[in-house]
Amino acid sequence: MSSELVVIITGVLVGASCALVGCFLVLRRMALLGDAISHSVLLGIVGVFFFTGGRSALLMVLGAGAVGLLTVSLVELINRTGRVREDAAIGLVFPALFSLGVIFVSRFPSRVHLDVEHVLYGEIAYAPFYRFELFGLDLGYRSFWMLGIMAALDLLFVGLFYKELKLATFDPGLAAAIGFSPVVIHYGLMAAVSATTVVAFDSVGAILVVAMLIVPPSTAYLLTDRLTTMFALAVGTGAASAVGGYWLARSIDGSIAGAMATVAGLLFVAAFLLSPLHGLVARLLRLRHLRRVFARGLLLSHLEGHHGSADLATLRCRFLWNARTAAAVTRGAVRDGLVRETTSGAYTLTEQGRGAARDVAAG
Amino acid sequence: MSIVAGYLMFGVDLGLDYTLRNVILGSAVLGLVGGVLGCFAVLRRQSLVGDALAHAALPGVCLAFMLTGAKGTFGLMVGAAISGWIGTLALLAIVRGSRIKEDAALGVVLSVFFGVGILLLTRIQRTGDAAQSGLDRFLFGQAATLVERDVQLMAVLSAVVLAIVWLLFKEFKLLSFDPDFAAAVGFAPTPLTVLLTTLIVVAVVIGLQTVGVVLMVALLIAPASAARQWTNRLGRMLALAGLFGALSGVVGAVLSARISRLPTGPTIVLAATAIVAVSVLFAPERGVLWAGIRQWRHRRRLQVAALLRDLADRAGATGRVDAPALAAGGDLRALRRRGWVGAGPDSAWVLTPTGETEVRRARRQEAVWKRYLGRQMNLPPEAIHHGVMEMERVLPDDTLRLLEAELAREEAAEAIPRRPGTVVVDPGTEAAR
Repeated sequence: MSSELVVIITGVLVGASCALVGCFLVLRRMALLGDAISHSVLLGIVGVFFFTGGRSALLMVLGAGAVGLLTVSLVELINRTGRVREDAAIGLVFPALFSLGVIFVSRFPSRVHLDVEHVLYGEIAYAPFYRFELFGLDLGYRSFWMLGIMAALDLLFVGLFYKELKLATFDPGLAAAIGFSPVVIHYGLMAAVSATTVVAFDSVGAILVVAMLIVPPSTAYLLTDRLTTMFALAVGTGAASAVGGYWLARSIDGSIAGAMATVAGLLFVAAFLLSPLHGLVARLLRLRHLRRVFARGLLLSHLEGHHGSADLATLRCRFLWNARTAAAVTRGAVRDGLVRETTSGAYTLTEQGRGAARDVAAG
Repeated sequence: MSIVAGYLMFGVDLGLDYTLRNVILGSAVLGLVGGVLGCFAVLRRQSLVGDALAHAALPGVCLAFMLTGAKGTFGLMVGAAISGWIGTLALLAIVRGSRIKEDAALGVVLSVFFGVGILLLTRIQRTGDAAQSGLDRFLFGQAATLVERDVQLMAVLSAVVLAIVWLLFKEFKLLSFDPDFAAAVGFAPTPLTVLLTTLIVVAVVIGLQTVGVVLMVALLIAPASAARQWTNRLGRMLALAGLFGALSGVVGAVLSARISRLPTGPTIVLAATAIVAVSVLFAPERGVLWAGIRQWRHRRRLQVAALLRDLADRAGATGRVDAPALAAGGDLRALRRRGWVGAGPDSAWVLTPTGETEVRRARRQEAVWKRYLGRQMNLPPEAIHHGVMEMERVLPDDTLRLLEAELAREEAAEAIPRRPGTVVVDPGTEAAR
């Protein structure tokens, strides 16, 4: 397999698994907890390095998962004292844990084989060089195994607890009432986020994990109202960011992880502007359409009420329309055969227009 | 430049070398400004906007470097400020213009801007430009690279920022606590918000070289959160936050200079975090520790009072209880310490006169409380809590007097002492009100 393809597939797996758990973060308004976890996970990784001296994948995931849960519980603890609000609590916890991690890395460089670049950009470009060996057997690329297993676990988690997660996300009250413990669901989700984060961390680095966790699900959220569709779109967007990011990084010779985040951002901007459902353009078009319908309604009922005709000047004066609006409204009504222009330049209702005016009056 | 001059003398006195002096002074200035401006961010519940803003500054630094080809601090700061600003606008656009909530919008802005920054940074590094080395100090900060000119620049910017805060203190205060009222009395909230955000951008930019974009947020949030525990007044909070910030900066800088391989930025952050921990635990009034003690004492008082009443119920007319009937050893000792019970003959316990007065007081209290719950709150009898409640602390004096007067009228048979210090109200005049 070409090394190029290995990197791309690794990226796609990162994008897919992060997007899957990220959907719940975005929907449950806990995106910032994801941000906090992705920072503090560094401490877990460093801790495992420090105490075991090796980089056993399983221990890494466990250590990082533990620190992830520690982050969430610390935020909760501080929040519950009532002395510091939640947003500030998050902003207190993760910089402190991240600082501890950075200090460990710099204090014990011989025991912790991590460098700042790895922490920030990840090592996705080196994915082809690490292979997974068991009992002397070469089983293929390590990144495939780790990310593949993680993606499968995430899929399993979401698949098994789909109903519980969905209910707890959209109606926490009902979920608690019929016996799904919100605490278990909350911490289960946080554990999944932590584990996914640490596996992805290896490839894309600390901060860019956040991009993969939050940006594709946010993009998907702009495109659909259905949860299953949102999963599919988020995973697709995540994968597309990975592929596009690789291409961008290659063409301008920069960090692949940075480029993946950049492409994810571009896709988000595209959805933000162009989503047929919730995009800015669609919103503006809908607004314009409503304005037109309303203006036409005004025109029709005015003509109906004044038995007959009105010229442009009267209309503009009556409804405070500017010349362009008045022209557009009358032109549209003439085109649709509701109104016709008399020889004196005034407008009167047609037969069809009278019907439409009665419809407007009837609401 | 009197601050700088003063500090340089101070530094010379301590025998600090040139680099360390710059690092300490720079960190102190940064902590001061971050602490003061962080107060507004924290009070306005926008703590993490600072985080997004700091991350958003990175692409600006890189672009400024690419455009100017130099790493002159001022140019990079301008670049950082501009892109931090664009990040804030993007945040606003996403929250206002779509269904994305604020938390996700923060995450999107933060990570995408940072990603773009990393992309540009790696691109610069790989072009092999000799001058680029050290540009990555903006990630985690590298205080050792501060030179005197940088520190001077930071000091001047800080002075300007603090002067603006001082001049517009009243406006910012109103904006932080009651923006609607601020708008109603004629302060334009939008320009003020814009100005405040700009000041926070400047604070972030001041901190980039020292603590870096990743950790900058801690210097906004931590000193402000710590200061909040010590006071309820904004002016004092600002001063304290500035002090805590500067202290964290100095402690962090000195520690990292004295201990090898201890990076400055993270050490400053941990120092600030330690101050928060101490404040949340030990600050007078708000300290979690004191609150715990208060709660424990209160529970204890209720326990002892309940025991006293049980004792009185058991004692009945004889006024004595046999010792074996009592299991609550510690509580009993507490009763004795208060002089409410004493040892009687035949290893029995007797209520002392003060104890009996206390029992009557407690019964009276309970009767008034029940009446309050039953009448004023319209609770059904079965829902009324029968424990002795400290209603003197809960109920307003007027209500208490009314209830007590009512009781007094109805219960002429048994005289129950009033709580100490209560104004005696004649039932007649009370009824006439």
